[in-house]
Amino acid sequence: MAVAVAEGSVPIANPRRKSRTAGLYPSWFYLPAAIIFAVLFMLPTFASLFFSLTRWTLQKADFIGLENFAQFFREPFLFQGLVNTLIYGVVTSGLKVVLGMLLALLLTSDIFGRGYLRAVVFFPVLVSTVGVGITFTAMMHPTQGLINETLASIGIKGPGWLTDPRFALYSVALVDVWKGVGLATVIYIAGIVSIPLEYYEAAKIDGATPWQRFWTVTLPLVHPATATVIILSFIGGLRSFDMIWAMTKGGPGFTSDVIASVIYKQYQAGFYGLSTAGNVVLFIMVALIIVPLSMLLNRQETDR
Amino acid sequence: MRHAQRYILGGIAIAASIVVFLVPFAFIILTAVKDRRQAATRSFDWPTSWHFWDNLVEVLRTQDYMLVTAFINSIILTVVSVTLLVVFGAMVGFVLQRRPSRWTPIVNFLVLAGLIIPPAVVPTIWVLQSVGMFKTMHGMILIEVAYGLSFTILLFRAFVATIPRELDEAAIIDGAGPLRLFFQVVLPLLKPVVVTVIVVQSVAIFNDFTNPLYYLPGKQNVTVQLTLFNFQGQFNTSLHLLFMNILLITIPPLIVYLFFNRQIVAGMTAGAVKG
Repeated sequence: MAVAVAEGSVPIANPRRKSRTAGLYPSWFYLPAAIIFAVLFMLPTFASLFFSLTRWTLQKADFIGLENFAQFFREPFLFQGLVNTLIYGVVTSGLKVVLGMLLALLLTSDIFGRGYLRAVVFFPVLVSTVGVGITFTAMMHPTQGLINETLASIGIKGPGWLTDPRFALYSVALVDVWKGVGLATVIYIAGIVSIPLEYYEAAKIDGATPWQRFWTVTLPLVHPATATVIILSFIGGLRSFDMIWAMTKGGPGFTSDVIASVIYKQYQAGFYGLSTAGNVVLFIMVALIIVPLSMLLNRQETDR
Repeated sequence: MRHAQRYILGGIAIAASIVVFLVPFAFIILTAVKDRRQAATRSFDWPTSWHFWDNLVEVLRTQDYMLVTAFINSIILTVVSVTLLVVFGAMVGFVLQRRPSRWTPIVNFLVLAGLIIPPAVVPTIWVLQSVGMFKTMHGMILIEVAYGLSFTILLFRAFVATIPRELDEAAIIDGAGPLRLFFQVVLPLLKPVVVTVIVVQSVAIFNDFTNPLYYLPGKQNVTVQLTLFNFQGQFNTSLHLLFMNILLITIPPLIVYLFFNRQIVAGMTAGAVKG
């Protein structure tokens, strides 16, 4: 790598000078990707910082300061979206970590039917989110749905999973976990199989029980996988839109609204400034959570 | 693990997997082949009469063959976006890995930003409108490329590192320019990761609902995921058609999964296990 740095830095400092290797790796290779990324991703991101401070009709933007943001914290139906986004992110990523780890332990053990189980756990990851959402909406129907009919047959009166304001958000989060846990599982499987078997053998010779082997060998050594699962599913959970939109559209009322669905609703209603402020709030929220979290997780990694 | 335990645990896990993971898929298939009245009960039972063909034809014919249009649109969107992603992403990953410079940290930062930052929706529409690409397939394709680049570059950069530099130098001594070096020497060697990128991004773009919802509204431009959204409003009582539609759009990812299971898992777990 040191050689590469020396070679690479010469033509940068002095672009006219001919260098045998610099011409091999021309900077213009960045150009097509850079233009698309700059125009369609970075420019809107920077523009959002300005437009979130305006009342905006796409033709005309009136500067109104922080009014849109004030509204986000003042209006209960907008603020609820903020709280719900956090709950949704924590619940989905927490469950994916725990269930993904347990499933991966099961599916790396010498269990009967392992190939089938791995396939069936992973497949929902590839299926359309909206399709899954609609399917579970039908199965969670308060009276006709498969889930409550099954519960009724053993004498339990199931709740209105998606119609009861207390449960709607959590029901959607559970379906999100159902769909996404396969990804967490394969990440954990990759992490577990990369742990050298010698560690387990050494622990066994020292008389460690399976439980102790899990806590002292598997859990610490699978840390990179844990970090990846937490970060990936947290980012996904905070940004989640399609599952919620397919299942409840934020209802009943606005009890299962998240920031992403608020952004869409305000966009549909023509409040472009407020919608963009929602984007900025989401951006800040993701950054405030993910950056410290990934620093924390990576520091623990290097400490070891 | 002892022999008996292996089978008992496996048996329990298989039974649980049937209840948790297979019942929802069985529910989709069964509802898709029922008649209107039986499907409307949302019950999980055997169809009293089979209407696979009727339902299929009716779903396809709804709203002037909207689902057919949607399939064509989704395939165009997926194929073109993924092609551009592979070429542009590989070019960046190649130079990024091969020639560290003062730009490298900036590029790395932007790649991470692209993974983390949620896209600003209305400002993107504003940009698309001002270049005349809002509600067009061209615009939608470029959006998918912009949003997919970060992940693609990460995969390519990691893989380019495994290709020895001596090959580059040999090609240059043989008189190849940078374009020939990249397209005729390096890109063919990247084949495994190219397959991974193609498979993972195709599934992601084919299943994308949110971005076409915002950037590609309108009936001519409908994509497969949006047909579900349209059916959901229109057929509140026609669950048999809605589920036939779900069944149809689940088939392409299923086929991809059957053939490329290994590459998908490889791509999605990339970066999870370092060292």
